[in-house]
Amino acid sequence: MAFFEGNQMTAGYDEGADIISSCTINVNKGEIVAILGPNGAGKSTAMKAMLGLLNLRSGDVTIDGKNISDLNPQDRVKRGISFVPQTRNVFAGLTVRENLEIGAFLRNDELDKIIEEIYELFPILSDKKSQTVGELSGGQRQQVALGRALMTKPSVLMLDEPTAGVSPIVMDELFNHIIKVKKTNVAIIMVEQNAKQALSISDRGYVLVTGKNKFEGSGKQLLHDPEVRRSFLGA
Amino acid sequence: MEFINAIIVLLNYTIIPALTYGSQLALGAIFVTLIYGILRFANFATGDMMSFGTMFAVLLTFYFQSLGINLGLLPTALLTIPFAIIMMILYMLLIDKYVFSYYRIKKSPPVQLAMVSVGVMFVTQAIIRIIIGPFDRTFLDGQKFILKASEFKEMTGFSEGLTIKSTQAITIVVTIIFVSILFWFLNRTKTGTSMRAYSDNEDLALLSGIDPKRVVLITWVIAGILATIGGILYGLDKSYRPFVYFNNMLPIFAAAIVGGIGNPFGAFLGGYCIAFAEIFLTYAYKKFLSYLLPEALEPDSLMQVLSTDYKFAVSFSILVIVLLFRPTGIFKGKVI
Repeated sequence: MAFFEGNQMTAGYDEGADIISSCTINVNKGEIVAILGPNGAGKSTAMKAMLGLLNLRSGDVTIDGKNISDLNPQDRVKRGISFVPQTRNVFAGLTVRENLEIGAFLRNDELDKIIEEIYELFPILSDKKSQTVGELSGGQRQQVALGRALMTKPSVLMLDEPTAGVSPIVMDELFNHIIKVKKTNVAIIMVEQNAKQALSISDRGYVLVTGKNKFEGSGKQLLHDPEVRRSFLGA
Repeated sequence: MEFINAIIVLLNYTIIPALTYGSQLALGAIFVTLIYGILRFANFATGDMMSFGTMFAVLLTFYFQSLGINLGLLPTALLTIPFAIIMMILYMLLIDKYVFSYYRIKKSPPVQLAMVSVGVMFVTQAIIRIIIGPFDRTFLDGQKFILKASEFKEMTGFSEGLTIKSTQAITIVVTIIFVSILFWFLNRTKTGTSMRAYSDNEDLALLSGIDPKRVVLITWVIAGILATIGGILYGLDKSYRPFVYFNNMLPIFAAAIVGGIGNPFGAFLGGYCIAFAEIFLTYAYKKFLSYLLPEALEPDSLMQVLSTDYKFAVSFSILVIVLLFRPTGIFKGKVI
């Protein structure tokens, strides 16, 4: 039994067709799990279902053995799940420090201490703490987004395409940061387009096709699986 | 000597009135911009909500006067502000609960909410007419002038007298104090930061655990304070005539948009921009120039760019020009 599980999840938007069906994803603390797959495979939908942004038609979501399928996203955040959306994932009009403060809105204790920890993890944020986030570069913004999500001291961190639209150098830097976060004993689930790089830092990966689990295995296994390589890694 | 007289004329007829009028517009514009930024619609009931709050101040002033309560040199209306604010906030929360919240929860588009606010405007106008009627009322008492023209002339010996009305001084002082507290609240407190965050990115604010109901409540409370204070200051300075508040909506919206809608500090400065533009363009400069120019060159005409009847045309033109050439306003608000 894993720490954070989505079991046999079936879900779709409003009255529409099922986007994911019987999809299962789980992650343990201190582990990075990548969700991969072609466009429209339901990767982001699976993640949103685990966060509660859309309701499950069947299946369940559990954290630490407790069923949280009926909780709304805000209450799941209180249970230690943190989410970084793909777009609009920072408060662009606020300063770096204010973004972090809002991230810890629900906590009243040790604000300064947690902010110091975030600054240690992302030193650039300390230098730019009084700057408006809208003025930062794409990679720096992603670090703010990660930092904001970590302010609740989550046990699960979900990232929706954390490296979308950044240069390869910045991508490597962001992945290094994600590994650092993992070492603080956080369970990380990420949806990624850069499949090869994502698998190379992931402990495990899931490949979804049309909303169903198609392949799963350790990062290395998937990287070297000929079928996965042919269909998704382009080599 | 002549030069100083010219400056006194300008101060008397343009700069001091514009600072006063600008302060009143600024309070209204911050109201518009807060509602737009946080509740995400243009509130067409702004003018009449200001009128609504002022109505209570007028009625309470008359009541206090009948009881013999007054503030001596200061207008009695200042004493009524807290009560008027409470009534205003209660009215706004009632309207929000029974009207706006329905469309907010349904996630209606902003245009629909704006139309709903037009309905609220008509209802508010009707309520005001039922309670107090459409007539012009003066509710200013206490000392009218801080500095009279005759006193100034005696003191200094200049041929031009500088006058400062007590309402002008009160308007500027109250605005500065209130706006400073408001900006401190928005920028320095946790609640204020959470309101800016909610305005910036609603979805992310919800994911961060910000309670939307609380943000909406505080927004209406601040809006109620702004509307009431702005309305009372305007009513004291001119007089209380319910319709005028509706007309003031044009310069108020212009101020909010010039400053960059959604940006409270922009709205604050926008109020002064509009006030100065209106007054500078409609002031007759004949007397001013007669002090500066040699007698031979003295102008025969009034030297007025626009008649004062066109003062709303000035704010309307500024509004159109800003929307055409810099739709985000001076301080980069949201694009409308």
